[in-house]
Amino acid sequence: MNIYNLLTQIEKADPEIYERLDSRRAVFKHFAGFGKKLAATAIPLAFGAMLNKAYGQTTTRSVTDVLKFAYLLENLEAEFYKQAAATDIFASAAGKGAFETIRNHEVAHVNFLKGALGADAPTYTADSFDFDAKGALGGMTFKDYPTMLAVAQAFEDTGVRAYKGQAAFLISNNDVLQAALQIHSVEARHAAHIRRMRRDFAAAPADQKPWITGKDRGGLPALVQAIYDGEEATTQAGVKITGTFGGISISDAAASEAFDETLSTEQIQAIVTPFLKN
Amino acid sequence: MTKLSKPNASGNGLTESVNKPINRKSFFKFAGAGAALTTLLISGCNDDDDGKFNGVVDTPPTTGTGAVSLGSGDVGILNYAYALEQLEAAFYTQVVATKFSGMTALETSIFTDIRDHEIAHREFFKAAITAAAPTAIIPALTPDFSSINFGDRNAVLTAAKTFEDLGVTAYNGAGKLLTNPDFLTIAGKIVSVEARHAAEIADLISNGTFANTANNANGFDDAKMPSEVLAAAKSFIKETIDFSKLPTS
Repeated sequence: MNIYNLLTQIEKADPEIYERLDSRRAVFKHFAGFGKKLAATAIPLAFGAMLNKAYGQTTTRSVTDVLKFAYLLENLEAEFYKQAAATDIFASAAGKGAFETIRNHEVAHVNFLKGALGADAPTYTADSFDFDAKGALGGMTFKDYPTMLAVAQAFEDTGVRAYKGQAAFLISNNDVLQAALQIHSVEARHAAHIRRMRRDFAAAPADQKPWITGKDRGGLPALVQAIYDGEEATTQAGVKITGTFGGISISDAAASEAFDETLSTEQIQAIVTPFLKN
Repeated sequence: MTKLSKPNASGNGLTESVNKPINRKSFFKFAGAGAALTTLLISGCNDDDDGKFNGVVDTPPTTGTGAVSLGSGDVGILNYAYALEQLEAAFYTQVVATKFSGMTALETSIFTDIRDHEIAHREFFKAAITAAAPTAIIPALTPDFSSINFGDRNAVLTAAKTFEDLGVTAYNGAGKLLTNPDFLTIAGKIVSVEARHAAEIADLISNGTFANTANNANGFDDAKMPSEVLAAAKSFIKETIDFSKLPTS
């Protein structure tokens, strides 16, 4: 068994193997040469460690860890929608009604998670969050309607990816897993509606859709690109999604829209950190 | 193949090192990587997982007179999802092929997108299940949309809402029945897109109703077990779906 051939096989299935390896990319790209310099018995160990870095979880997440993480994100959303729904900058009564609906759901999620965490639930207030993202939004979050919608979209699309990335950590607990899934799909419904609101208000590109096309951030500022990076995937679990089936062609755009992608805990933390005061 | 599936003949620990991280991340991701790796990974599943996967491979589906068995274990759940995606793909294919009177350009765009997404889901499951368990995959099902008037906007939107909400509740309920976290992640990647569809369809019926399904004490979408979902879907499928071997908890 030639390890380099195995690596080539993996690369065919997962073109992002080198990106996953990140800092060890250079080592991996020159693995053939690398292998020659190592004793034969050391290669499997090195190879295993590299794959572990690429595909293993960086940390073990307990159910409580996941619940706490979800609790933070739901508090962020709930506080945002409380303040947003209280403004008078909506373009229509329907828009305000939608924000009130979403606020109510996010508050309900907070209350559910608070109950699930019990004494482990941290305390969050409006002061826990910085909805100006450390000045990046110019103080316009609750003053400018398109900005408010943009922040809402960023939070919702992030929420969807966050729950999706955490679900596997909950596989040992059916009750919590199912609750998380039941929240996850609601966040996706919110995301779809906010994207629709942006489309209808013409604050977004005319082709803005309720689903994510490629890694397009839909006219949002570049600082939120991390929310959309990776969404352009057109291969899922080694299966190429594009092609022509029964005479209907599935484009790269459609293939990417058909699957929402996960984000890791670390990626989500990087995205939400500007919105946290501490 | 036997040789390739046993790269560890020298006893140097390679099989162990390679299998564990891949299993944790994704079995399916690598199932199409090539014969050598596929064999390697299937052997890995047998060794490292709970054995259900192997058990399913050994249990051929019942494809007798109009009855289709989904099978058991994780592959049974994947077949269940495949059946629902077949239904949705067929529905939207017809919606776009026989547009109702007065369908707007925006509606045409939305229905075409959703059709393409559902075909992508259907073909994904077809390819992925075939790669992992070729003897266990269910056949193409025969949809029965005779109860739906495709010429009527309201009828089409009502049916679409039924299918999308049903799909969301199906995935939400089936997640806990999976034992392989990688399958769970894939299901998660699909269900949120179904929820986006459901929201858009609901808004097309009445703007602002995108998440009325979650107007309950916890702000949750529903989750339903396969028995409930298939009872709701059975009038749209000509074959009888046998879900008796699916896991129930």
